[in-house]
Amino acid sequence: MARTLINVPAKAKRGEIIAIKTLISHTMETGFRHTNLGVRIPRDIIDTLICTYNGEEIFRTRLHPAIAANPFVTFHTVATESGTIGFRWTGDKGFSATASAKITVE
Amino acid sequence: MNPRALRLRPALILAIASAAAFAVALARAEIPLEQRRSSYADMSRDNKAMQDDDTSNPGMLSVLDGEALWSEKAGAANRACADCHGDAKSGMKGVAARHPAFDARLGRPVNLDQRINICRSERQQAAPFALESKDMLAMSAFVAHQSRGEPIAPPDDPRLAPHREAGRAQYNARQGQLNLSCGQCHDDNWGKSLAGNTVPQAHPTGYPIYRLEWQSLGSLQRRLRNCMIGMRAETYPYGALEYVNMELYLMWRARGMKLETPGVRP
Amino acid sequence: MGERLTGRSNRRQFLAAAGGAALALTVRPASATPAAMTLAIRKVAGESEIKPGKVKIDMPPLVENGNAVTMTVSVDSPMTAADHVKSIHVFTERNPQPNVIDVSLGPRAGRASITTRIRLADTQKITAIAQLSDGSFWSDSIEVIITLGACLEDNLI
Repeated sequence: MARTLINVPAKAKRGEIIAIKTLISHTMETGFRHTNLGVRIPRDIIDTLICTYNGEEIFRTRLHPAIAANPFVTFHTVATESGTIGFRWTGDKGFSATASAKITVE
Repeated sequence: MNPRALRLRPALILAIASAAAFAVALARAEIPLEQRRSSYADMSRDNKAMQDDDTSNPGMLSVLDGEALWSEKAGAANRACADCHGDAKSGMKGVAARHPAFDARLGRPVNLDQRINICRSERQQAAPFALESKDMLAMSAFVAHQSRGEPIAPPDDPRLAPHREAGRAQYNARQGQLNLSCGQCHDDNWGKSLAGNTVPQAHPTGYPIYRLEWQSLGSLQRRLRNCMIGMRAETYPYGALEYVNMELYLMWRARGMKLETPGVRP
Repeated sequence: MGERLTGRSNRRQFLAAAGGAALALTVRPASATPAAMTLAIRKVAGESEIKPGKVKIDMPPLVENGNAVTMTVSVDSPMTAADHVKSIHVFTERNPQPNVIDVSLGPRAGRASITTRIRLADTQKITAIAQLSDGSFWSDSIEVIITLGACLEDNLI
């Protein structure tokens, strides 16, 4: 199971723009490398990160092999209401990981 | 990943060789205590930020893995680290700053990883972690992280002295096809450039480190091995006494400096 | 990350490895080209005009290790329902393939700015384009130099 690290402010004012940071453990094997014996190492990457706010999709990104190992992605959203911000990463070889964070909006 | 690395290699070897020739003329001197600095100081703004922000520091993923292992029951004893040591926050604070330490039963110094494995075999009756494995590095990172901000405090143990001196001798001995010693780079030429790298003072303040070159966490022994390959010298197997002796000397050389685990380095 | 030859490897394996190493020295590894990048950009933007402006790539001009380079792309936009950024796309000229990241966002983002860490195989140009809600495309490009490090692991093997 991949380890994830999420940073969402626990509290925000209604309408405030908040920064969301995500980090996940993954080698992001590019598929372009070879062993010393010339055998190609197959691609194994996370290709999608989707973020939802109380179930509604607010951010989606497609990652390519040029994203560094242990993908780090930060973005912004407007704090609209209290609830849950959800994260879902998917990728090669059936990879899937989820995480979530609570936010209180006043 | 960088194809130019292959093409520029002869030039690089020349550069290293001429740096070595230059260094021969200089007397070997230890860095004055007040001039010492962590190689954190040599990093770019972005790499410093990567280390400083826990959500951005990939080494923290391993620290979290280690935290999970800490309270996971293991071995025939069906015991977790936490069952004996309790909360790592207090129990493990300063432990990494005091290693390597002398193990009376083995009659030799052991580093933090070896100390963890002794605990695993003897207290948990579990298989030791393979050195440099994901779990080994995770546990080591978690334990060392409890000492973040703590000054390096080598034990004042006379049994360690001959080992530390052996480490010092090794640090100052020329080795490999390039006929270089560690000190020629890290004592005599720190702060200068070796191709695109700033030569660091080589203080072990951040181990295990997340090295961008490795795209993963790695131990001080991996870094030492890396340098020895750079000098075209024979390496030792992980866990060898030669490496532990060098760790002892490096920790003494960095005494009083603050631990940063998990450090980020290029 | 290569597999090392072990003592048990036979001569044939060794020769295969040696041949591979010789090849690696003489043949440039496959990499994207400025043309491949242009093609990848056209796949996203079609025939639309791409104007310079509004987009800003923030990256250090000189990087000591291309394995993880912090990159921020921001777009100057009020991010309202009527006027916002719909997508951001980043491309490189000389990585093995031109695509780096594609981002879909909307007015709920509040600010059109993302940060990630990318791989750069070599000194090269990076281009970011953004599509606004009115359908227009905007772009920025930046040159990043990867300095050659001396302290690589296994650089003899």
